[in-house]
Amino acid sequence: MRVDNMHTYIIRRLLLMIPTMFLVSIAVFFMIRFIPGSIVELMAFRMVQAQTGSEMTAVTPEYIRHSLGLDVPMHVQYGRWVADIFTHGDFGTSLWKNKPVTQEIIARIPITFELGLLAFIIALLVALPVGIISAIRQDSWLDYVGRSFAIIGLAAPSFWLGTMVMVFPSVWWGWSPSVELIPFFEDPLGNLVQFLIPATILGMSMSAATMRMLRTTLLEVLRQDYIRTAWSKGLSERIVVMRHAMKNAMIPVITIIFGQAFVMIGGAVVIEQIFNLPGMGRLFIDAVFERDYPYVSGINFILASVGLLMILANDLCYAYLDPRVRYR
Amino acid sequence: MDVAQAEPRIRSGFTDFLVRLVREKPLGTVGGVIVLLMLFTAIFADFLAPFPYAEIHIADRLHPPGAEYFLGADNLGRDVLSRIIYGARLSLYVGLGASAINVIVAAIVGIPSGYIGGAFDIIVQRFVDALLSFPGLIFLITVMSLVGVGVVQVIIVLGILGGIGWMRVVRSAVIAIRENVYFEAARAIGASIPRLLGRHVLPNIMPFMIIVFSMSVAGNILAEATLSFLGVGIPPPFPSWGAMLSWEGRTYMYEASWLAIWPGVALGIGVYGISMWGDAVRDLLDPRLRGGVGRFARSKKKIAGKESKTKAEEP
Repeated sequence: MRVDNMHTYIIRRLLLMIPTMFLVSIAVFFMIRFIPGSIVELMAFRMVQAQTGSEMTAVTPEYIRHSLGLDVPMHVQYGRWVADIFTHGDFGTSLWKNKPVTQEIIARIPITFELGLLAFIIALLVALPVGIISAIRQDSWLDYVGRSFAIIGLAAPSFWLGTMVMVFPSVWWGWSPSVELIPFFEDPLGNLVQFLIPATILGMSMSAATMRMLRTTLLEVLRQDYIRTAWSKGLSERIVVMRHAMKNAMIPVITIIFGQAFVMIGGAVVIEQIFNLPGMGRLFIDAVFERDYPYVSGINFILASVGLLMILANDLCYAYLDPRVRYR
Repeated sequence: MDVAQAEPRIRSGFTDFLVRLVREKPLGTVGGVIVLLMLFTAIFADFLAPFPYAEIHIADRLHPPGAEYFLGADNLGRDVLSRIIYGARLSLYVGLGASAINVIVAAIVGIPSGYIGGAFDIIVQRFVDALLSFPGLIFLITVMSLVGVGVVQVIIVLGILGGIGWMRVVRSAVIAIRENVYFEAARAIGASIPRLLGRHVLPNIMPFMIIVFSMSVAGNILAEATLSFLGVGIPPPFPSWGAMLSWEGRTYMYEASWLAIWPGVALGIGVYGISMWGDAVRDLLDPRLRGGVGRFARSKKKIAGKESKTKAEEP
């Protein structure tokens, strides 16, 4: 019965993803193309600049638009773009670099992923103990210190901490984080060391939300009757908290942990910018400023698809863990 | 006699709230003080700041901190302290403005979605899912490039997008209310929809609205700083803390470290205070955290002790 319900629920959710994906694809395709200052204007401007002094060749906006394939109607461009993605997983050709964007986006994924994964691990290592302790010792100094620590991680913006880490060690000890990317397979240790600082900064800002949520739900759960029963059976605090309370307290926390994945991707954009890590985030920012539409749409589309799968995974976890969730 | 006995209990909601805040939430009190200080700085920025925020003293560019420029001067000789003081005003404009829009949007989208339910809810949820599936910052960067930089733009964009994110809180609260017996009863006696929403739904989601508001202020301030840092938020010459850390701060960070330090410190303290305040407000107002045993419990012994006492008091 339960399994049947679960199956129907999964199928239903997968089917509901289709219209959402459709909306996402429309949004990512059209949004960037309506940004004021189109690529055509930008290109025309650069070409005129490049030609000053030499003999001018006529570069008209129409000519550029035609060579870039932007002269066909928007909805036709959209149709082609979507068709290419679903038939051969091709996200188009870069307007500036004149080469397929798919390979480069895929090549950048591991860097963002490694940064994110490390940050994730660090965040959980901080959030779980601090959250539990500050809930079971509510309003004690441990609670205050732990929470202040976590909130400072959130409040001190990652771009500021990143800047501080760049400046002070180099001023004081003449040490600064490597500007070049150290590939993992050439020097695993050097690579991990390079990623550790950015990942810690990112992880700290993520841990705060998880820790706050864990604290609140744990406080709620600790007030329920079955916890009272557990206490009155004479169980030790460790068993009551870890076995009885945590199982229920973790359910809403999972939502936050999944939600943090989004924050993490956004944070990675900033961190990559500061620490010169050539991940997807940097590619994205550069492409937005250069108006390289296929990159922007492609990265947006990939990230949004990952995001949708996260939402789905989250809801499935929720439905699986919490029998009270009605499969509506 | 009854009245006399009941008197201490009829403290107004707000006084009661303040008393509980100070008694139970020292960190929240600290946060509240920081919030008050920030409000004071923002309101009286014109009197507190030694210089106007955009006044250029080109001879004193990158002047180190000292008597005249307490926190130093930037690359155009603008006083960093004055810019930070005016920055508080800007941050609060954005934080309060965007959060107010958050609440309104969350209510406008969340109440119908939760109340009407059915097909309407499913359709609304698809749009919300589509929007939430974008990593927040990536989406914000794209939208900000679309609408252009500026204070009002930042407030509206953060307000609307954040509000749609928060609407799930309102929606689930409305769904929960709809299933209560008093709601059924009101509907059974033929209460109109405006009456149902105004008298039964709205008062019961008020705590959630306050929570949404107080928890989103800090996030909005940080989001504005991040956007300005990336160059798609608030344009110069406005003294946004994020923008101060961006170009001026990072270009001269080795020669003039004060440019990179102080805006970040201000931002950190502000966000810390507002977050702590938001947490405390949530702890005190969230109906799910009301009552029960061991609100003051610090150890299992106290939990056990409180338990028997409260049990005995409650009929």
